[in-house]
Amino acid sequence: MTRILPPGTREIGAPDALVVPPGSATPGRIATRGPLRREGPAKLTGLAQYADDLVFPGAWYGATIRSIEPHATLLSLDLDDAFDWGRVVVVTAADIPGDNVVSLIRDDQPILVPVGGEIRHQAEALCLLAAADRETLRAAKRHMRVRTERLPATFDPLESTEEFSHLEVRQGDPGAGFAEAELVIEGTYRVGHQEQLYIENQAMIAVPQPDGGVTVHGSCQCPYYIHRALKRALQLTDTEAIVIQAETGGGFGGKEEYPSMIALHAALLARKLGKPVRMIYDRHEDLSATTKRHPAVIHYRTGVMRDGRLVVQEIDVVMDGGAYCTLTPVVLSRGVLHAGGPYRCPNVRIKGRAMATNTPPNGAFRGFGAPQTEFAAEMQVNRIAEALAMSPLELRRLWAYRDGDTTPTGQVLRESVAAIEVLEAAAKASDYARHSEQTRRAREARLPGARLGSGIGMAMGWHGAGFTGSGEVHIAGTASVELTDAGTVRVLTAQTEMGQGTKTIFPQLVAGELGLEPEAVETAPQDTSIVPDSGPTVASRTTMVVGGLLVNASRRLRAQVEAVTDQPFADSYRDFALEHGSLRIDERFEPYPNVQFDDETYTGDAYPAFGWACAVARVDVDLDTGEVTVRDVVSADDAGRIVHPVLAEGQVEGGTLQAIGYATIEEIKLVDGRYLNDRLATYLIPTALDAPRIEAILVEKPFSGAPHGAKGIGELPMDVGAPAVVAAIHDATGVWIHDLPATPERILAALTGAPTPGSPGVSEPAPERGAT
Amino acid sequence: MSYRFLVNGDPVEVEVPGMRRLLDVLREDLALTGTKEGCGEGECGACSVLLDGAVVDACLVPICQVDGTSVRTVESLGTQEQLNDLQAAFLETGGAQCGICTPGMLMAAEAFLATGGPATDDAIREAIAGNLCRCTGYTKIVEAIAQAADRRRTTGFGPA
Repeated sequence: MTRILPPGTREIGAPDALVVPPGSATPGRIATRGPLRREGPAKLTGLAQYADDLVFPGAWYGATIRSIEPHATLLSLDLDDAFDWGRVVVVTAADIPGDNVVSLIRDDQPILVPVGGEIRHQAEALCLLAAADRETLRAAKRHMRVRTERLPATFDPLESTEEFSHLEVRQGDPGAGFAEAELVIEGTYRVGHQEQLYIENQAMIAVPQPDGGVTVHGSCQCPYYIHRALKRALQLTDTEAIVIQAETGGGFGGKEEYPSMIALHAALLARKLGKPVRMIYDRHEDLSATTKRHPAVIHYRTGVMRDGRLVVQEIDVVMDGGAYCTLTPVVLSRGVLHAGGPYRCPNVRIKGRAMATNTPPNGAFRGFGAPQTEFAAEMQVNRIAEALAMSPLELRRLWAYRDGDTTPTGQVLRESVAAIEVLEAAAKASDYARHSEQTRRAREARLPGARLGSGIGMAMGWHGAGFTGSGEVHIAGTASVELTDAGTVRVLTAQTEMGQGTKTIFPQLVAGELGLEPEAVETAPQDTSIVPDSGPTVASRTTMVVGGLLVNASRRLRAQVEAVTDQPFADSYRDFALEHGSLRIDERFEPYPNVQFDDETYTGDAYPAFGWACAVARVDVDLDTGEVTVRDVVSADDAGRIVHPVLAEGQVEGGTLQAIGYATIEEIKLVDGRYLNDRLATYLIPTALDAPRIEAILVEKPFSGAPHGAKGIGELPMDVGAPAVVAAIHDATGVWIHDLPATPERILAALTGAPTPGSPGVSEPAPERGAT
Repeated sequence: MSYRFLVNGDPVEVEVPGMRRLLDVLREDLALTGTKEGCGEGECGACSVLLDGAVVDACLVPICQVDGTSVRTVESLGTQEQLNDLQAAFLETGGAQCGICTPGMLMAAEAFLATGGPATDDAIREAIAGNLCRCTGYTKIVEAIAQAADRRRTTGFGPA
């Protein structure tokens, strides 16, 4: 059933959400297609200025000397006398005026390991060099000697004794649940690292200022993270540390926290040198040193009744944080909070712990812990359907959350629950029932020695929109809309554009409220000396949270102007500005009504609202080689009111392909704690030929807490693609692949009983050393 | 050594070592920063340019091989005010997100459109298989190229 909603209407807990066929211009939506990408023409003509395109006369090139041991004591940094060091600037930990920490959650990660200090991973930064040209820099690197004394290293999170964080969520009585259950299904699922692989490598340029401050230009998601890190390490004031985002060529979480490290390095060199320093990573350094998605080992024990009812879930999540804490506790928390899947269950216990290993730190990546646990959750659902001889579609219809259900943290889902809607939309668009009947028949009729198997698979997911728990309250972000004295309207936020469309939808939202064309609204640059701290550009919060602040600010601006002019804003704002000067509205985040979370007990409203998604994938599997071809994927996603359908579809399509890469080919192999495939020739992502046909279906179940009804969409599709593909592989082959990625090696091992490859994400030990 | 060639129709002469990458000559010596570096080893295609009409990775081409040739980069297409038909199709369909792969993608697409072959989904995907995009899932890029091919066929408008 399709319902057409007039603009601005909010349907709370509507039984049927608006389902929008892809590419359609449904009348009555806020936007049929939305305005064209604001910075699109600059990107399409090559004029957009990414960090490495910026020219600073006299700038030197910076480089980082890194550890080559996973765990060691740094004994000394020796400069080879045979080299003329007068042509080079060297920075060590001793040059850091303030705290030697990359300021984030825990103060454990040094900017540079001090001599005598502990090296905790293979790519750890030990000292910095800068030179006027690249040849001198390369020569200097060759003449730098690092002396270390090796310490025992830990690579397996299950063997680690050092914990970053742990938590437990509990509902009902799991013991009683298992006593009641008629069937108990167990499974252990393992996932490895995944690289964000933004196509623009990390890049920062630091420019020293006459006042002793420093201005940093670069590729990043969160200018204020960098601002805070600079102030603390370099002992700068708010106005001395300035961070300006350059055009950013993709982030996906990979440019949430690591840019702080690079900015600190560039700034330390620039201040010592007294000239700008360019710290532009090449792909090899980027892959070797920057954060990845956390590997995880996830164990499920699920009890059901023979009629399919879900009675109890007991879940144990172990994540590998790598050598330093970074954002790990928050990643673990999101993983745990999503581990139950979008299913009502009376008895649940979910335990999570994040452990330290001597591997490079893991960090934010689209989905932020949820893709790991939701892969495992959906594997479990599909295996239970098989054990009960039920259709995976029917089982999900039975289990899926409805309005009024309660999550494991005790959160009552009062509204905006679209689990059933996305499920039905994906099932219908993919013709799931018919295709699964076909693949079943083909499999049963298959003769021994057949070369090809085809399969269809389904997975469902949910994704909490915005920060976890009280996160938004702690951030307390401010976003502003200003009518300038020149009579223009501009948006001031710290929200970065990295391809997802911030610069397009913010003017669109503001213009919509003010009765203007989007082109009439400007966006202030993401420069910490100009825009307020509206929080980081992460957690699918930009449209929902900051977009909501802008809508409210616009309404206030409009009301104030119209109260004076007594005419519609659009007709009177220019005159108002000429007469009265500028008027700026700062809108600070206020908690969503009736949303409360207790950080101590981990109970309450973990998220103000959830997005919902369902993916159906069809695959062909070569039964001789184990090679998987993902033919097509339907992804139905609910993100509340869709502001800009083209951009939203782009998020679903791109996120789906990243999930398919995660499912099939993206894996990092490690030896002695070092990434082995640390080049683009060896770390593979899907090409246009590998990519399936992706059909994005947008389902709209608005969230009343946001003034525009929008929820987040960026991360949602990342949660469901991988388990759908692995379910389809099972449908094609009859074997379950419990570890990601489902490579030909793992599939053949399952088909033939050959030894399985090792656990994804766990390093092989160092090769035996010779007498040297 | 001195090398002479055409860039976007204009004659240029550069005095650089023969093994200097075409990518560095374009970006640093000629200040044409529209061509991007993604991997430096010919895997990602962000630095795709046309060398006598053929798509090459500018990071893998030493300048000595460029002498006497004609190089086309993204800067040869339309302007911000007047995008060419392919750029306009990318803008309308949502084929560009973060934009870092876009210049290379456009040049690979221009080479494909210049062949005049049928713009089927498979043919387009084959033509851009050397250009990685991490944002779009390629769906809207393929759509944009198909749309441009269609317009060029119906209007008889050839590649710029």
